Amino acid sequence: MQWLQALRMAIKSISGNKMRSSLTMLGIIIGVSAVIIMASLVQGTTRQITERLQSMGTNMINVNIIGRGSTRTVTDADLFQFQQNNSAIIEAVAPVLNGNVTIKFGNRNISTNIEGTNEAYETVRNTKVQEGRFINALDVERRQKVVLIGSYIANELFGGLSPIGQEIKLNGDLFTVAGVLEVKSNSSAQSTDDKVIIPYTTAKRLLRNAAIRNFYIQAKTPDKVDDAMTVLQEFLYRIFNSNDAYRVFNQADMLDSINETTRTMTMMLGGIAGISLLVGGIGIMNIMLVSVTERTREIGIRKAIGAKRKSILGQFLIEAIVVSCMGGILGIIAGIAASSLIGKAMQIQAETSALIITISFGFSVLVGVFFGWYPANKASKLNAIEALRVE
Amino acid sequence: MIKIEDIYKTYKMGLTEVHALNGVSIEVEEKEFVAIAGPSGSGKSTLMNIIGCLDTPTSGKYFLDGKDVSRLKEDELSEIRNKKIGFIFQGFNLLPKLTALENVELPLIYLGIRGKERHRLAMEALEGVGLGDRIRHKPSELSGGQQQRVAIARALSTKPAIILADEPTGSLDSKTGAEIMKMLKDLNQSGKTIILITHDTGIASQAARMINIYDGKVLKESGVA
Repeated sequence: MQWLQALRMAIKSISGNKMRSSLTMLGIIIGVSAVIIMASLVQGTTRQITERLQSMGTNMINVNIIGRGSTRTVTDADLFQFQQNNSAIIEAVAPVLNGNVTIKFGNRNISTNIEGTNEAYETVRNTKVQEGRFINALDVERRQKVVLIGSYIANELFGGLSPIGQEIKLNGDLFTVAGVLEVKSNSSAQSTDDKVIIPYTTAKRLLRNAAIRNFYIQAKTPDKVDDAMTVLQEFLYRIFNSNDAYRVFNQADMLDSINETTRTMTMMLGGIAGISLLVGGIGIMNIMLVSVTERTREIGIRKAIGAKRKSILGQFLIEAIVVSCMGGILGIIAGIAASSLIGKAMQIQAETSALIITISFGFSVLVGVFFGWYPANKASKLNAIEALRVE
Repeated sequence: MIKIEDIYKTYKMGLTEVHALNGVSIEVEEKEFVAIAGPSGSGKSTLMNIIGCLDTPTSGKYFLDGKDVSRLKEDELSEIRNKKIGFIFQGFNLLPKLTALENVELPLIYLGIRGKERHRLAMEALEGVGLGDRIRHKPSELSGGQQQRVAIARALSTKPAIILADEPTGSLDSKTGAEIMKMLKDLNQSGKTIILITHDTGIASQAARMINIYDGKVLKESGVA
């Protein structure tokens, strides 16, 4: 018997029993849409976290010098030498001197965080200016008294006016505003927008602190991050003769561990969703068994006029598969719609990948085959004479 | 065409054995019109099932067109039923959800005939029984006589040599019953072998030959072989 014919028969028999068919489908619809909702939301969340991490700068390694067990520190000359020696691996190095500072403009005072760094900070930390210019190599070399202000500071001190070229006092020293940093969070106090940046050479004097306790390294490419880690560890060990004097934070490792967590989450949620698909499959089997019993006489007639076992098996199996496929398709539509709705409510950009659609659809077909087989096989084995006798 | 040699059929019902057929031997020639008559419980239904290849005998041989079919497997019997035997039942046995045309097409589907050719053959069979204008009707929308005519068209659609009619007039009034009998006689005239199973000797006597079954044995034969 041709497949197309069997398919037509199946659709006829399904549409002849709409209420029952749609209730049977419901199990699969819920299962498939659950899989899609879970996967889309987890994927969306992962994407958001990844993007936020990457906005801090790509291929980045952060070093914090604790100084335990050693009196030495890293100097800017050390860092310069380190970068020169490994120019094939390392794109840029940005030292950071941290401190607190009081800003005065006119009669307004603000206390804020200050970072002394160099021109490489712009790319390494992926920090851009929305107005004006970033500090450059010349500013660093000549210890220029220029300052970049965060958007919170700009709003607080200047309101709607352009701060570029204005002079403000940092701990009493006069600095010229060279640029305003792009908004990184929400322009509020204590956020990453509540800070100022000056050349580190200038910062050394302002903060009366020459020790570099913190610096950022950018590897040339993502696959060079591991190499960069190796040379960095060697470099630091040579200086401190100890592993405890510093802490290295690798963005790639961080990303890996986040991905690992979300993978586990996907598996767990997917497993739960899979169970509901399984329950849907059992529903199909249940209904198919009832249907075989109800249609015993039909099976008898079909056999009497020449249907072979495989024709009957095919007919019932295809019926089960059609039900599960339709359930699968409806489940995919429902899942996509629901995940974008839930995503909006939870402020997550839900992401439904073609892969997850394919997998969940394939799974629903498999459920149809698996749970349709037993009833279909039972139907095909009915004895024609006995089946014809049933009223 | 049909040659049955010393057939026995035994059923087990619980612990007791029921001997439905006790050494039946029958021969039916091509283009014959034979009636197999007997009261209920005589074994005539069991005999019909075996002749119709729905069942196989416990012992004995059954040659159909010279081929022993008494030991064939289920699917092989299905194929023979499909190609060589057309069934007409007392209760019509049409599929209620299909139209007249779809019911007639069913054996052709199992024969593997496709689209247009299948439609043509089914239409031909339905027109042959005078129902060319009722093809879109479901069985429930047709009278008993019309339903039985659809069943006859279904039996004829694969152009089998043998028509096996099991109490074909049993659920019809005498007038429509007579029409169906007329139709069977006409089919016999046009070259089909007809085997009619009935408990009604009045109906059976309309056949050219009558075989009486009683207690699983051939009681007597009348008419010329």
